Amino acid sequence: MSDEDFEPKIIAFLCNWCSYAGADLAGVSREQYPANILNIKVMCSSRVSPEHVLRSFKKGADGVLIAGCHPGDCHYINGNYKTIRKADLMKKIMEDFGIKPTRLRLEWISSAEGGKFARVMEEMTEEVKEIGPLNLDGTSLEDDTDE
Amino acid sequence: MSGIGVFICHCGSNIAGTVDVDELTEYASDLNGVTFATNYKYMCSDPGQELIKDSVEEQDLDSVVVAACSPRMHEETFQAVVEDAGLNPYRFQMANIREQCSWVHSDDMEKATEKAKHLVEMSVEKSRLSEDLEKTEVDVNSDALVIGGGIAGIQSALDLADQGKKVYLVEREPSIGGKMAQLDKTFPTLDCSSCILTPKMTDVARNPNIELLTYSEVEEVDGSVGDFEVKVKKKATYVDWDKCTACGDCAEACRRSGNVEDEFNEGLDNRGAIYTPFPQAVPAAYTIDSEVCISLEYDGTCTSCREVCELDAIDLDDEDEIVELNVGSIIVATGYDLMDPEKIYEYGYGKSKDIITNLELERIIDASGPTDGEIHRLSDGEDVESVTFILCVGSRDEELQSYCCRIGCMGALKHVHLLRDHLDEDVDINICYTDIRSFGKGYEEFYRRTRDLDVNFVRGRPSEVNVQEEKVELNVFDTTMDKLLQVESDLVVLVPALLPSEGTEELSRQLRITRSSDGFLQEAHPKLRPMDTFTNGIFIAGCCQGPKDIPDSVSQASGAAAKASTILSKDKLQSEATIASIDDDICSGCKMCISVCPYDAIEYNEEDEVAEITDVLCMGCGSCASLCPTGAIEHKGFKDEMLEAMIDAGLTEEEG
Repeated sequence: MSDEDFEPKIIAFLCNWCSYAGADLAGVSREQYPANILNIKVMCSSRVSPEHVLRSFKKGADGVLIAGCHPGDCHYINGNYKTIRKADLMKKIMEDFGIKPTRLRLEWISSAEGGKFARVMEEMTEEVKEIGPLNLDGTSLEDDTDE
Repeated sequence: MSGIGVFICHCGSNIAGTVDVDELTEYASDLNGVTFATNYKYMCSDPGQELIKDSVEEQDLDSVVVAACSPRMHEETFQAVVEDAGLNPYRFQMANIREQCSWVHSDDMEKATEKAKHLVEMSVEKSRLSEDLEKTEVDVNSDALVIGGGIAGIQSALDLADQGKKVYLVEREPSIGGKMAQLDKTFPTLDCSSCILTPKMTDVARNPNIELLTYSEVEEVDGSVGDFEVKVKKKATYVDWDKCTACGDCAEACRRSGNVEDEFNEGLDNRGAIYTPFPQAVPAAYTIDSEVCISLEYDGTCTSCREVCELDAIDLDDEDEIVELNVGSIIVATGYDLMDPEKIYEYGYGKSKDIITNLELERIIDASGPTDGEIHRLSDGEDVESVTFILCVGSRDEELQSYCCRIGCMGALKHVHLLRDHLDEDVDINICYTDIRSFGKGYEEFYRRTRDLDVNFVRGRPSEVNVQEEKVELNVFDTTMDKLLQVESDLVVLVPALLPSEGTEELSRQLRITRSSDGFLQEAHPKLRPMDTFTNGIFIAGCCQGPKDIPDSVSQASGAAAKASTILSKDKLQSEATIASIDDDICSGCKMCISVCPYDAIEYNEEDEVAEITDVLCMGCGSCASLCPTGAIEHKGFKDEMLEAMIDAGLTEEEG
């Protein structure tokens, strides 16, 4: 159901220490990426709860990104490991709600990876475009069988 | 009527060139709760700051949103402005419309402006829910703990003590001195290692501000910056150090004398059960190695040492003791260990006595070492006619340690000088190297001098080291000559990779500090905060942070002492305000938050059956808030309501 004019909306939760700084570096390096993503800074990726993700989809997001420090590099010792576990859980919940789990993406982006940040933004925008708009009007569940 | 003021920065053309700032200002002025919106060329400049301050007063603002660069750039600047204007600094929010908008969407003004509107609206929505937050004050204990008594730890301890701070210096071996004490000479000056180190060691012993805890290990660390509680295990030495004068009679009398591998001499010599690691040890006192002492380990019948000790200093009933310390700051200087070269099977370490490490060579060259400075073949005592060094043993190796050991090249060049002093002129010296790295002050000059000493530099890593009947033979492909060479040597000296010292991993857990992927302790910023850790109040110095030579270790140690001192010199510290808090009316006592807190900042109150947060321990990650099933935990500054309002604002459809 890809629509040529469809511009997905994506919410990105970025940890303060690595990924937010990575996003800043993308700017400093003048990397260009699609303007479909809005960043929300959290101190640690582990601050993001399933409610935040589900609320994003409910309010009209077509994709959600959670980005944190690389495993082992968490500023809060092990927050990103908790994020991994939570992300798996969130994907299960999303499936139950009829939302394709691929709309949620987890990435490790360090403060030195401005290029990676831009690449992830680009990829994710493309991928979500491919999946199409999320229609949560209660009439149709997204079919996963075509994956 | 009080409200939110929105201040939009042009940043010259950095923002205004891509984002329509007038349209954005108009949009912002219509947002919920906004009573004032304006834009200015450089909001961070003096006039820009004045504009904010004046507006707060004239427009009766209770919160401020600045849409400009990244908060990593200027959040603190604007927080200070807002505070100057009489508002709580936490009533300030920043919308990042430069790094995360204008700079990355510079080819599409329309989309960039639209995104900027969303970003401003998200910050305004967050601002609507913001509240005054107070930092809590904690008392600072002015004492310091230094872990590790090598040159780095010694330097840190002396610096702090000189500033009048009380310092506890913990070292797990019976004497301080570390690896530097084992060295004969140092590069590039070739001055005698002991001659420059031992005076510092005695300074430590004499300094009234330093309490030396050798043969001791850190057991447990609690608390946080300004008020760490540390438990140190003082291992039993079985000798009363107040009485012992280090006369050495006991060591001569010991029935195990000459039967125990001498660690200080890298196993090239033997000691007894009662020993002092080396003659200049500090403290100058003997220790009984309980694992090899006949009386302690076996039947309790041997009395040899007690019989000869005229001072009656030996006490076999001595027991381990736990010492509890309170300190305001901690410096970790736990150094390195050499990688076991047996890991590289083809280099034959352990197959012949003539294949040694550079540290073993250091002991052999040392005039007070196991051979009194005489260099012969270790296998049969014959003369040495050829010596070959193999550099980068396990270093710069994808399979083992990918990093450079930073001291191997220079150490080997130093050994060339020392060998030329000790051996006949016609002795062959070969160095198999990958690159010669002589990066420090005076190092390149030293390398040039070494080249004049008739050394064969072979660029290549040997493929194999074979032990022959008399000599050791190695095959190496010289990449500069494009030729396979076969080299026969009497001594092969391996220069192994440097590893974090044994126990670093456990210590990092006790201290709640992180390690980088190579296992060394991680600095808070590789360039700008090389001595800080991510845990406030804990600093790192020397090789525990990564391989280093002596000057670099000493510099970092002095730096770490200065950093620690900035904390120790304060009476009070302010702790983070954006931390978690628990509403005990809502808390169900499920303890899930306790299980995820990385700092043990949450405790269970058995009486009220609720979880409680110790404010000074909370670092504000928000992990607990994200999983509290009852919503009893609030992450101040990042409340659920705030994040939700931001999500909503980001996803509103713009009309028209």
